[in-house]
Amino acid sequence: MRELVVISGKGGTGKTSVAASLAVLSDRPVIADCDVDAADLHLVFQPVVRERSEFYSGHRAVIRRNICTGCGACRNVCRFDAVGMVDTAPGDSVYFIDSTACEGCGACVRFCPAGAIDFPERHCGQWMVSDTRVGPMVHGRLGTAAENSGRLVSLIRSEARRVANADDRRSIIIDGPPGIGCPVIASVTGATMVLVVTEPTLSGEHDLKRVMELTAHFQIPTWVAMNKWDINPEITLRVEREAAASGAKLAGRIRYDPGVTEAQMNGRAVVETDAPSAYDMAKIWDNLGFQA
Amino acid sequence: MKIAFTTTGDSPDSPLDPRFGRATGFLVYDTDKDAFEAFSNNQNLNAVQGAGIQAAQNLASLGVEALVTGHCGPKAFTVLSRAGIKVYNTGLATVSGALNAFRNGELTAAESADSESHWV
Amino acid sequence: MRLVVASGKGGTGKTTVAVNLAKSWGSPVQLLDCDVEAPNTRLFLGGTMLESQVVTISVPEVNEALCNGCGECSRFCEYSAMACVAGKAMVFVSMCHSCGGCSLVCPTGAISEVESRIGTIVTSSFGKTTLLEGILDVGSTMAPQLIRRLKSLVKSGVPAILDSPPGTSCPVVTTMKGADFVILVTEPTPFGLHDLTLAVATTRELGLPFGVVVNRLGIGDDRVHSYCATEHIQVLLEIPDDRRIAEAYSRGELMVDVLPEYAGLFAGLRRELEKR
Ligand code: SF4
Ligand code: SF4
Repeated sequence: MRELVVISGKGGTGKTSVAASLAVLSDRPVIADCDVDAADLHLVFQPVVRERSEFYSGHRAVIRRNICTGCGACRNVCRFDAVGMVDTAPGDSVYFIDSTACEGCGACVRFCPAGAIDFPERHCGQWMVSDTRVGPMVHGRLGTAAENSGRLVSLIRSEARRVANADDRRSIIIDGPPGIGCPVIASVTGATMVLVVTEPTLSGEHDLKRVMELTAHFQIPTWVAMNKWDINPEITLRVEREAAASGAKLAGRIRYDPGVTEAQMNGRAVVETDAPSAYDMAKIWDNLGFQA
Repeated sequence: MKIAFTTTGDSPDSPLDPRFGRATGFLVYDTDKDAFEAFSNNQNLNAVQGAGIQAAQNLASLGVEALVTGHCGPKAFTVLSRAGIKVYNTGLATVSGALNAFRNGELTAAESADSESHWV
Repeated sequence: MRLVVASGKGGTGKTTVAVNLAKSWGSPVQLLDCDVEAPNTRLFLGGTMLESQVVTISVPEVNEALCNGCGECSRFCEYSAMACVAGKAMVFVSMCHSCGGCSLVCPTGAISEVESRIGTIVTSSFGKTTLLEGILDVGSTMAPQLIRRLKSLVKSGVPAILDSPPGTSCPVVTTMKGADFVILVTEPTPFGLHDLTLAVATTRELGLPFGVVVNRLGIGDDRVHSYCATEHIQVLLEIPDDRRIAEAYSRGELMVDVLPEYAGLFAGLRRELEKR
């Protein structure tokens, strides 16, 4: 099984457009959208959902109003300002938990003398296995204020592997999360190769350094592609040199091309259109030699 | 002596699960009784974090002295070594294959953790 | 007034809007970089550093002489930050959310709390703007804790602009809480629209008033505008797609500095916000 993960130091560098094109160019892939905070790949592939599962992580506290005596023990132990008060009748009030502030530590549950606080598992989102014109796709969605996208990312990756095995497919193309936090670590550990899509900007340069430290740490072969390279050829050159010096291979450059947005509007991958940058993306795919 | 194997199944022929904290389950082999016993690792699957730490504590409470698995992260490794459990990393495919290798002295105890992420 | 600049995903120009708005505010303003995992506001500002302070949270410490190995603490901790093996409890500081529960449940009083570092807050000033930047230590996952501390430093009486992390997860919600108004930055593309709908859902769930800034107007279509019209969301500002803006950004320069014709846009945005 081979896994190619497309990431970007920061968001909005065209990572998803590149990942979509690579998925189209590959032979019998499974697609995994691990950018669970802002999943966009389904806009390109219009998946038809085959299976849908709920994603739970951790717990949250819920006060049963009819049992709460209003003693305030929960409020005293909560360090996250998650306990609020509502008046039920004049001179009478009970407490409630603000679920967007609750960290699920369980202190209030433990110390409520009336046993009025339930501690159900926290519903954090969903994940789906779907069919697309390119192949099966595993993707997910995280709810508002949900944490632990790292776990959902691992879940999606392992599902993608299961689907690939079941369907005798050998390549997985992963659209990874932005940043360098836990979700990114969860998306790259143990992968065959990582492609970092970046832009020739100061912040792109800044973030690329942090991403490269991460992939070096996990010893994953890393390629770098410069998107919109012609916005600033000078910085492009500098960033490419820095990337090469720190052990990355250069996958290629993508020109500034309105055709990328055009493709998006038509629900297509760039390489499925005649946008000039389709040529650049095809070249990147060849350079990667991922299925060679 | 009790030896724990991470596995996705429940018999000696089952695959060795490369993950430790989020392994599907454990097969514990007792050398005195020459018998396997299966334990599920289910309660850890929805843990927010630290599945490896929990799994390590569970093994400690079962009185296990050796663990054979694919990869083990640093926090779990710390707990395991505090509990006196030796860790053997292997890429072998099945539990029985790993047990044979263990018996023949082909596996060496790890000096430190060999994986970083707390999810894998 | 407390304003939050947010977006469903990164790279839509959120920081650009926050920084240019602060720069063209005219009177003293506080700018908070709450994107603590990847703060880069300072790349655009320079300025003089005034102060740097270390941020800590309280974490447990076990007095082994008192610990009887009962394991209450590790059974209680939802985050597996404590383990109890070989008759003694141990702490994994990097996983502790600082809830304080373990010291309350320990029957022998073996647990006390000590401070542990999660990041820094750097204060700097440039012109009339005071920048407060939260920087999470690499490896720490306690972004909400750092953001809460950052927000507690806001001086009342001076308007504050908070540059939020991207997305809709915990750190974003922590940043948004208590805001008087949220500015959602998006691009007029299908991806932009989809991510905007997620951000709108979050903002509505928190019951906060908000409006939209459309960045790079002209690159896509009018789907974002029709969405805003149907949902009765005000479009506060439109920034045209101008290659010179992208080029200035790539050099770390501010739009309002190098392209003065855009300064008026941000002055207009300020007036719009002050009507509220
Ligand atoms: S609860 Fe207290 S006595 Fe019991 S294991 Fe934890 S630290 Fe030790
Ligand atoms: S303070 Fe809370 S999160 Fe930290 S170790 Fe104790 S119980 Fe766990």
